[in-house]
Amino acid sequence: MVADVELMHKDDPMNARAYAAPAGDICLSVKNLNVWYGDSLALKNISIDIPSKEITALIGPSGCGKSTFLRSINRMNDLIPSARTTGEIWLDGEDILDQGMDVVRLRKNVGMVFQRPNPFPKSIFDNVAYGPRVHGVNDRRELAMIVEKSLRRAAIWDEVKDELHKSAFDLSGGQQQRLCIARALAVEPKVLLMDEPASALDPISTLKIEELMRELKNEITIVIVTHNMQQAARVSSYTGFFLMGELIEFGPSTTIFTTPRDKRTEDYVTGRFG
Amino acid sequence: MDTVQTRHSFDEELQQMKQDILKMGSVVEEMLAGAVKALRERDKNLADEVIAKDDIVDEYNLNIEQTCLRLLALQQPMARDLRTIAAALYIIKDVERMGDYALDIAKAAKKLADYEPITQLIKIPRMAEIVQKMLRDSLRAYVNHDIEVISEIAQEDDEVDILYRQVRDGMIGLIKDNPKSAAQAVELILAARYLERIADHITNIGERISYMETGHLRELH
Repeated sequence: MVADVELMHKDDPMNARAYAAPAGDICLSVKNLNVWYGDSLALKNISIDIPSKEITALIGPSGCGKSTFLRSINRMNDLIPSARTTGEIWLDGEDILDQGMDVVRLRKNVGMVFQRPNPFPKSIFDNVAYGPRVHGVNDRRELAMIVEKSLRRAAIWDEVKDELHKSAFDLSGGQQQRLCIARALAVEPKVLLMDEPASALDPISTLKIEELMRELKNEITIVIVTHNMQQAARVSSYTGFFLMGELIEFGPSTTIFTTPRDKRTEDYVTGRFG
Repeated sequence: MDTVQTRHSFDEELQQMKQDILKMGSVVEEMLAGAVKALRERDKNLADEVIAKDDIVDEYNLNIEQTCLRLLALQQPMARDLRTIAAALYIIKDVERMGDYALDIAKAAKKLADYEPITQLIKIPRMAEIVQKMLRDSLRAYVNHDIEVISEIAQEDDEVDILYRQVRDGMIGLIKDNPKSAAQAVELILAARYLERIADHITNIGERISYMETGHLRELH
């Protein structure tokens, strides 16, 4: 395990971090990402390779920059007027941060699921069909196929197949979250970003979401932000630890949770600072 | 970054668990000293006292194991905490086994008390002294997160191995010279063998401490 460690910034010992490069294919390659909110630097020179078709967890205390990082990957920070971003995020040979990037197309490739389930005030069917319709699918049979496939992939089909035209608001919180995952999957994203996807759910719904994530990672790349370290340890194969806008350590989750290299990671995962 | 005490009660329980391991170790140390003294001085009463102490060791073993499982389930320890508790689960098994060996030596002492001595015991008490020191050092190293002492333990284990072979060869010589001494000589070979095994268990503890501190497993023997 020691051999795969390299320092991310060999030229700058002050920025040297414990970084173990992922073994397989890379999905997202982030280079020197900085994000400002007004004058405050929220992300400091982040460089990280997110492995393809794996679950990568981002952990760290509140305000450490992990959600800002997640929101950079589908340009959600564009919606915040004071936010300014520099650096590069490469996905499939394109720089996501390029000014010419078609953000609608980007968000088709990079889906997002939020902390609180946020279904549209529509039927279950229309929630899932929304994205494909926006992207030009109008054929009813094709839409029906996409809706079924997406609901199946989100492991909620069996629970809702007989009531697809009921309001999404009639579902339980856990079901609503899986519906939101189905809605994100309906446009066939390559990457699914999940921002605390289970923090508002009960333990059983949480475990269902985690099980679903494990199934989905065979097809797509998942990046999850979570405050729940046990969840990060359970679901992810790689983990990045953020602190005060910096990526302190990145590597296989087994390493991060059993033998972290950086004292600050050690202190955080053992619950020794607040 | 300010480090504040966020897991006070968990830390207290971890400290308590470590202290219990030290206490368990000190009981085994007393058993070892007593067993070898009983062997040398043919003291049946002392041997019985040693035998009685094994229950205390077994109780520590069970209680510490329960504490470890409870901490794992309820506190979900990570990183160093996780390695410390995992090490404890291994260490108490090794210490418990050492107690069993000390008990076996005490039983041998009781048997030998009925015979006229065939030889003066020098090397076996020397072995016992070394393993007692090894045990004490290894458990202190565990509690104090100190890996310096581990290479010393490996050296002492080699010394114990040499003494064991000397005792064994000496006893074989005695049996050859005087076949009637065989019953006693075999008991003494076994006693030396138990001490040699105890030293091996202590090197296991050294390996666990090494893993706990570095995250890497290192074979010591």
